[in-house]
Amino acid sequence: MSANLINLLIEATGQTLYMVAISTLLGTMFGLPLGVFLAISQRGELLSAPWVNKVLGLVVNATRSVPFIILVVAIIPFTRAIAGTSIGTTAAIVPLTIAAVPFIARLVENAIREVDSGLIEAARAMGATPFQIIRKVLVPEALPSITLGLTLAVVSLIGYSAMVGAVGGEGLGDLGIRYGYQRFMPDVMAVVVVILIILVQLVQSVGEWIAARVDKRAPKGRGQ
Amino acid sequence: MSERAPKGASIVFETVGKAFTHPGGGTVSAVDDVSLTVEAGAITGIIGRSGAGKSTLLRMANGLERPTSGKVLVGGQDVGAAQGAALRMIRRDVGMIFQHFNLLASRTVAGNIALPLEVAGVPKTKIKTRVADLIERVGLTAQADRYPAELSGGQKQRVGIARALATEPKVLLSDEATSALDPKTTQTVLELLKDINRELGLTILLITHEMAVVRDIASHVAVIDNGKIVEAGTTYDVFTAPHHPTTRAFLSGVLGVTLPSFLKGKIQDTRPVGPAEEVIRVTFAGKHATDPMLALLTRDLGLQVNILAGAVEEIGTRPFGNLLVSLDASKGADARAYLERHGLLTEVLGYVG
Repeated sequence: MSANLINLLIEATGQTLYMVAISTLLGTMFGLPLGVFLAISQRGELLSAPWVNKVLGLVVNATRSVPFIILVVAIIPFTRAIAGTSIGTTAAIVPLTIAAVPFIARLVENAIREVDSGLIEAARAMGATPFQIIRKVLVPEALPSITLGLTLAVVSLIGYSAMVGAVGGEGLGDLGIRYGYQRFMPDVMAVVVVILIILVQLVQSVGEWIAARVDKRAPKGRGQ
Repeated sequence: MSERAPKGASIVFETVGKAFTHPGGGTVSAVDDVSLTVEAGAITGIIGRSGAGKSTLLRMANGLERPTSGKVLVGGQDVGAAQGAALRMIRRDVGMIFQHFNLLASRTVAGNIALPLEVAGVPKTKIKTRVADLIERVGLTAQADRYPAELSGGQKQRVGIARALATEPKVLLSDEATSALDPKTTQTVLELLKDINRELGLTILLITHEMAVVRDIASHVAVIDNGKIVEAGTTYDVFTAPHHPTTRAFLSGVLGVTLPSFLKGKIQDTRPVGPAEEVIRVTFAGKHATDPMLALLTRDLGLQVNILAGAVEEIGTRPFGNLLVSLDASKGADARAYLERHGLLTEVLGYVG
């Protein structure tokens, strides 16, 4: 494989990491509060707002129903409004984020709902405000599950990022299509796949390691 | 922390009712027209079967449930009507402990105890010293940096108690706090509650389905059945002279006076024709508790008395005995009249042919 190709691979890996990192960051920024709200706004919950909950739930489901490749082209005007352009790696972050937000929101919602309702009751009995309950009880208690959920989200985003070549987004997936498929270079395709496998493995291992670190629910033979 | 011991507050339930509405219409009354005064500084037990409404009643004392009728006053403040910030301020004066402890798995012992102080906006340095005091008070100094998953049930409840005391409340609510603990641990937790009540003077209102818990620490007791208080008074009075069948049912388990199993199948409610034995529960209270009444019965009435079961115990510091005896049914009425004359309580449980 030529030095030129190796450079291309390194560059593409960097672009994939860039897209996935920024969209995960933005997706969490919007998805975490949305997920918390979805979890606590059902009827009879901490901030009961069943109608708002229903509407948001519908929006989330609708967004998640759209296949990613269709989402990418469907929101091109929106992408242009946000990123100033609809093509390129930075522009690709917009659809990736739009896909990440509802996904992360649902993962966070599930994680928050797993928190024992007795803890909410104890916090209410202490005189905690709903916001204090979210910040000091729900999110810290759900953190191990949220971490595993985010790991899953990152892995999915790595997969999605391979499709943004359709709008001129670069990265590993785009490289694989253009060189490995269109130019009949199976060795490039193979290397792209291997790099993706390694990336996903790394993300999964790091995610699980962090989740185990923040999980205090089971005793772990801490030295006396 | 004893130098500025907070005084306990009274809890007054005024014709309180709580009805739950089902989504499909129709209401269920969990608490029905309850009037009860919980004395400041006392330990009061509310006992009832599961579903009797005791948990709902307790949770109205800190506004976790709102009454649908009547008033709940804690230290004179109307908890049922309080909203938002006012309710949160009242809640800081009312600590609560739970059957399943409800500790945060993500926080250490110290972190859990600090939570109510953080919530109340206490400065960090003050939190540190206060938490250290509380940890020492409940005897968990060695476990301060442990997580709940590394503690035993009894230790977890000690954390729960320390956490409930953090904001120096005037009232402590206990929701079946010992029901998940083994008998020995239950005793140590009850001792701790008793000490706290004595040293801090705070009011303790506890709910339980175990009469033994009431006997061991409560000075007052209320029996709840089907949403209504059916009997209330000092523990001694209720134990020695129970009126309501529910109360008696609860007491029969704790006083060692259940019928021996060989009798259970044979006993009947009406006196059979012909020779029969009458089974009587005799309750000795106060100064008569140690009198040799059965010997006197034999001497004065010439009766043969069989002892079936019995126990003498203390409630608070006062002795109290309970005996199940059987004697010739034709002399039953005389015997009971004789015993009642001497200040004992009797109850006919049935007949054996």
